[in-house]
Amino acid sequence: MLGLHSKDFKTLVIVAVLTMLAPFILNPFPSGSAMAQFNAGYPDLMQRFVIFGIFAIGFNILFGLTGYLSFGHAAFLGVGSYSAVWMFKLLSMNVIPGIILSVIVAGIFALIIGFISLRRTGIYFSILTLAFAQMSFNLAYSVLTPITNGETGLQLTLNDPRILGVSATESGGIPVTNFFGAEMRSTYELVVGGWDFQFNTGYYFCAMMLLLAFYLSIRIFRSPFGLMLRAIKANKTRLNYTGLNTRPYALAAFVISGMYAGLAGGLLASMDPLAGAERMQWTASGEVVLMTILGGAGTLIGPVVGAGFIKYFENIFSKINDSVLHGWFDFLPQGMENAAVWVTEHFVGPGWHLTLGLLFMLVVTFLPGGLVEGGQRLARLFRRKSGDKPDAASQSKPAE
Amino acid sequence: MDAIILQILNGLDKGSAYALIALGLTLIFGTLGVVNFAHGALFMLGAFCAVTLNKLLSFSFETIDPTKTDFLGNPAKVKTAYVESWFGPDVGAAIIDWSVPLAILFSIPIMVGIGYVMERGLIKHFYKREHADQILVTFGLAIVIQELVKHYYGANPIQTPAPSAFRGSLDFGAMFGFDPNVIIYPYWRLVYFAFAAVVIGAVFAFLRFTTFGMVVRAGMADRETVGLLGINIDKRFTIMFGIAAAVAGLAGVMYAPINSPNYHMGMDFLVLSFVVVVVGGMGSLPGAVAAGFLLGILESFASMNEVKSLLPGIDQIIIYLVAIIILLTRPRGLLGRKGVMEE
Repeated sequence: MLGLHSKDFKTLVIVAVLTMLAPFILNPFPSGSAMAQFNAGYPDLMQRFVIFGIFAIGFNILFGLTGYLSFGHAAFLGVGSYSAVWMFKLLSMNVIPGIILSVIVAGIFALIIGFISLRRTGIYFSILTLAFAQMSFNLAYSVLTPITNGETGLQLTLNDPRILGVSATESGGIPVTNFFGAEMRSTYELVVGGWDFQFNTGYYFCAMMLLLAFYLSIRIFRSPFGLMLRAIKANKTRLNYTGLNTRPYALAAFVISGMYAGLAGGLLASMDPLAGAERMQWTASGEVVLMTILGGAGTLIGPVVGAGFIKYFENIFSKINDSVLHGWFDFLPQGMENAAVWVTEHFVGPGWHLTLGLLFMLVVTFLPGGLVEGGQRLARLFRRKSGDKPDAASQSKPAE
Repeated sequence: MDAIILQILNGLDKGSAYALIALGLTLIFGTLGVVNFAHGALFMLGAFCAVTLNKLLSFSFETIDPTKTDFLGNPAKVKTAYVESWFGPDVGAAIIDWSVPLAILFSIPIMVGIGYVMERGLIKHFYKREHADQILVTFGLAIVIQELVKHYYGANPIQTPAPSAFRGSLDFGAMFGFDPNVIIYPYWRLVYFAFAAVVIGAVFAFLRFTTFGMVVRAGMADRETVGLLGINIDKRFTIMFGIAAAVAGLAGVMYAPINSPNYHMGMDFLVLSFVVVVVGGMGSLPGAVAAGFLLGILESFASMNEVKSLLPGIDQIIIYLVAIIILLTRPRGLLGRKGVMEE
């Protein structure tokens, strides 16, 4: 189906079902119950799941498949955001032109940066991309203020000269982003018993984009081009000796992953039309590296898992505070309760980065294939216990 | 002329910090072949050693002084630091005042210890893995260290004053016959530069003139042969990692009065230090030092108003620009050896 092997098609269908039913799946606890804070089924967070999923899928094409570790990918995300917001300011509040422009601009940017950076490999490549990203970030903060609006960030105002559309609505507000009339922020709420499910137009728009991006990435993984990228990762020197010039392939991978990042940036701006330079900072580039590694670099589904995992941690884990912890450890005697809270509070709330860092170190050290590999190992373990032979064909192998 | 001298001076202190961190990075890379993204965190830990010592020394107890009253008429409580009560008020106050230089002694064993534990506990397992894996795991470690510091010291910068003797500024121009009050330069920055020069000199002397240093240099050139000669090179390299950590820590200790330490200062310096290492040449110690000072001075020249009006924004990107040009035209770096990491 759709030019995919049945196994890949199955993966795509599973992802599609999961994303479409996300408002139910991510909302397992009734609102008002003690566990409601672990619900992730609100539009803002779900949008970020899928947007950063797209970002990580794109990064995986470069890092997981081709083996180039870029530490400057956030620059493309930022560029994408800026171009989308400019499109909203100048042309129309429809998200389509904005997203198209952000993909194109990010692609051009990636072409220039990739053309220069790909002259080197290994750590030099990482540092070159880092240098370019930091340059973009610094320029966005200083000289390019007319374009980027510096520290304040680029925002919509009431007197934007919008060619197709109005500068301000009749009620005097700033018009909202839409997809041919369907407003991005409109949400339909379905209340069933104690549960409050939210269906957001913006989320479903992003989810469609994710499925498209995921489909494209499967096609790339299974194509001769994808095979070539794997060959570059496996042994670049040998490829060169067989008379192949690997640089065009690597550049193509770099541009594609830059365009993915641009798409993610455009979507971020479409959901919330503002763009700031901090999106381009190297810590943001580090984040997408974390997502990809954590989920499993080189696997199809890994980056999406990693992105969801980190964004969930960021939003849910960081909300847990002292009083919540005291509630949890209530059953312990007083002294032990305080000790338990004292230990745990390092890892939650504002300290969730610590958990992330530790987890990341553990994954890199013991589980280089990321959470996906962990899942596969677990699955194998259970299958062996139940007496079946491990079925090698059903595992998606990381591109080594 | 005086403007040029001023910019060179301004570049020296930042350049010293870059040079010290880059020196440590290069020591680690040259000996162990590990790309250490946690080196900025070590620099930051050094700065927080200074903060901690300052706090420890200022620990005080309250006594009620019957001769004084507060504004309500009650006997006033007076805070006295323990060191003041132990050594007398004058010596005690001087000790607190000199807490940053004292922190040098305090930080060396701590930083060497941290470096040793880091190498034995984590880095050791990554010698045979790819550079990408080394970058990633040390990046994770940097996050962990940073978050721990943030948890205990808070997110705000902590002011750590230099000793009062060095708080003023030196009228540098007047000493050399220029107009007074044109080239003025804070004393502490001069101290920092001198300190950096001493540390760099000490590291080079250590490597050059001691047997230990000779073995380490031999190991950097050809690890296998040194191992075959029956020398336990791994142990020495571990100690070198500790020394590199101490160099980064010392850079941090002395930098605390220049820039109030905060938990992310390490990351800010790390990116630039990596650029410095690459410009100087991966694995070249003199290259790291030279590139550190060179880029520090270039940065301060680029922030002159005359240059900025000619090329707006150049001060923000000059270092990266130089790095890109160097990497593309001379990938081994300014003073790098031929064939070392030229890919």
